[in-house]
Amino acid sequence: MTTVAVKPATMAQALTRAMRDAMAADPTVHVMGEDVGTLGGVFRVTDGLAKEFGEDRCTDTPLAEAGILGTAVGMAMYGLRPVVEMQFDAFAYPAFEQLISHVSRMRNRTRGRMPLPITVRVPYGGGIGGVEHHSDSSEAYYMATPGLHVVTPATVADAYGLLRQAIASDDPVVFLEPKRLYWSKDTWNPEQPTDVEPIGRAVVRRPGSTATLITYGPSLPVCLEAAEAARAEGWDLEVVDLRSLVPFDDETVCAAVRRTGRAVVVHESTGFGGPGGEIAARITERCFHHLEAPVLRVAGFDIPYPPPMLERHHLPGVDRILDAVARLQWEAEG
Amino acid sequence: MTVLEQRGAYRPSPPPAWQPRMDPAPLLPDAEPYRVLGTEAAGKADPGLLRRLYAQLVRGRRYNTQATALTKQGRLAVYPSSTGQEACEVAAALALEERDWLFPSYRDTLAVVARGVDPAEALTLLRGDWHSGYDPYAHRVAPLSTPLATQLPHAVGLAHAARLKGDDVVTLAMVGDGGTSEGDFHEALNFAAVWQAPVVFLVQNNGFAISVPLAKQTAAPSLAHKAVGYGMPGRLVDGNDAVAVHEVLSDAVRHARAGGGPTLVEAVTYRIDAHTNADDATRYREDAEVAAWRAHDPVQLLERELTTRGLLDEAGIEAARQDAETMAAELRDRMNQDPELDPMDLFDHVYAETTAQLREQRALLRAELEAEQEQHGEQEGGAR
Ligand SMILES: Cc1ncc(C[n+]2csc(CCOP(=O)(O)OP(=O)(O)O)c2C)c(N)n1
Repeated sequence: MTTVAVKPATMAQALTRAMRDAMAADPTVHVMGEDVGTLGGVFRVTDGLAKEFGEDRCTDTPLAEAGILGTAVGMAMYGLRPVVEMQFDAFAYPAFEQLISHVSRMRNRTRGRMPLPITVRVPYGGGIGGVEHHSDSSEAYYMATPGLHVVTPATVADAYGLLRQAIASDDPVVFLEPKRLYWSKDTWNPEQPTDVEPIGRAVVRRPGSTATLITYGPSLPVCLEAAEAARAEGWDLEVVDLRSLVPFDDETVCAAVRRTGRAVVVHESTGFGGPGGEIAARITERCFHHLEAPVLRVAGFDIPYPPPMLERHHLPGVDRILDAVARLQWEAEG
Repeated sequence: MTVLEQRGAYRPSPPPAWQPRMDPAPLLPDAEPYRVLGTEAAGKADPGLLRRLYAQLVRGRRYNTQATALTKQGRLAVYPSSTGQEACEVAAALALEERDWLFPSYRDTLAVVARGVDPAEALTLLRGDWHSGYDPYAHRVAPLSTPLATQLPHAVGLAHAARLKGDDVVTLAMVGDGGTSEGDFHEALNFAAVWQAPVVFLVQNNGFAISVPLAKQTAAPSLAHKAVGYGMPGRLVDGNDAVAVHEVLSDAVRHARAGGGPTLVEAVTYRIDAHTNADDATRYREDAEVAAWRAHDPVQLLERELTTRGLLDEAGIEAARQDAETMAAELRDRMNQDPELDPMDLFDHVYAETTAQLREQRALLRAELEAEQEQHGEQEGGAR
């Protein structure tokens, strides 16, 4: 499959385009949140939507996350498809009550009679020098809540494709946008976006034979960089991009791990109680006899997200990943 | 025949008597923001107070311009300027006694500094070397709160605790107009009123929450009107009139200290600069609006009052300016020094007693840093 590139597009542009196309295709799609209208969002991801579709379809709300998501629930009950923007990861917390007590379980509570097709867009993660409360990786909280899809793109094409799928989904989707990749560019044609794999499918971004790195969102480019650097050590690393944490693609992940017999899960969220623990457990349950070494995790430290001047020590980088890969090589080295 | 008719003649009984639990009228704010400067009342203001307010306003203005300059030099990650709102900031700090507590929002660095916190330490959050660099107990200033309105219930809790202990401590909690939409704002006001906690809520209504104007934030007649629904008085004041803000806040503090319960004060002001240095305000407001507010400048308003009353002359203005320059120069020098960072600090204050996991992670980072240093040393050695 070849993509005809007009000019490189950023992930932020792809996300905007996805909302635009979804709104144009379906009059029930509404975008709402703080500063999403006139300003186009603090990251400009909703830029131009209010102008094109009017303020009723792209709405600056009062500053109240619980209210934003709570009213979205009512709107969804009445047939709309709200796409809600939470301004930053840590500012979504006031909306947790709505998310956990209502959004995630309305389908279940009503025996399928009241599905809630809401997309909650959350810019997440660190690495942009943000001050306190602007860099949290909250995916584990969302993952632990049955009834929510948890999706996170790492490429420009996925940003578009996955967001379109999320908006079209009849279930609530927490759509985690790795904010430090907003400005990453790729050759991608916004006029003719090609299909991407569906939500729930992981993708092997780089095949390899020495070990498999399993990652998602902001850590994908870091893992690809690590895989490049690993060649100097004579290691050929495979990189799997999960794309979706819920549903989880056991099949692709396990196939990849079985090929190499070694796995490292990489993410910047905390390790303890983090997504990596769940992923490592699943791999162990399914691939134990294929494993040559324990599944390792390279994660953020188990600390509150540090101030920007120290974040480089916290975030998993190439060296930390390569060190983990080295620890997996015990057998190879005798 | 209706059911009621079947049962015989239906005679509605009068409803049980209802009356409001208290007369709402005294709780309602004035129709106009309260003003002192430029009115006759100004003549009665204490000259000492006017001078103190003026000195702090001039310093505050200079602090804002200096901090903004530091963002341009990359010394501060971000700065939310309070230029135009200095009167609120200064009056907030000066209305409190030493034993009282301030609960600031992220834009309130000036109030924090006016409380006595070291000007450079007040910026650690925004510089990025630590989250809240100062000791909250040293000057009774809670950490600057970035999540909006979440500090308001804390202010209520502290005030309540102090009263339970028999201390006549008052807390002053600051929030923006946008923050008044958050659930925490409502819960805090309700608790404060129900508990009759000695709290003063100061809303700085500067017209915008980032790009969203007040009209899209609330349909209330004024933010001060919100008070009546909780059962506390609401006061409306010109936020650019330092003397008026000081008077209203001092009244509210006295009222709270005397056991009168909480007050909600709305200070009507304007954010002259963009939301932060990273924001583009031209996207959502007209220059003419900014210009109109520039003409109602808090520093100028007070300066005019002082000069017309003969309490300030050119030399006095120059002295205040010099004092502010010295403060700014010191701040600049301090901020231009690279902060001394020890990455090991990351693990030091997560728990009172660290955990085995954190000890492990600490060792990992130490090994990484040592390897880094060794490599660095080798490189330097090679270069020689
Ligand atoms: C709970 C929460 N949601 C969103 C934000 C992001 N944010 C930071 S400042 C701001 C606007 C605040 O406006 P206002 O309360 O009027 O205060 P001002 O900035 O005008 O001083 C927003 C939306 C936040 N800090 N906290």
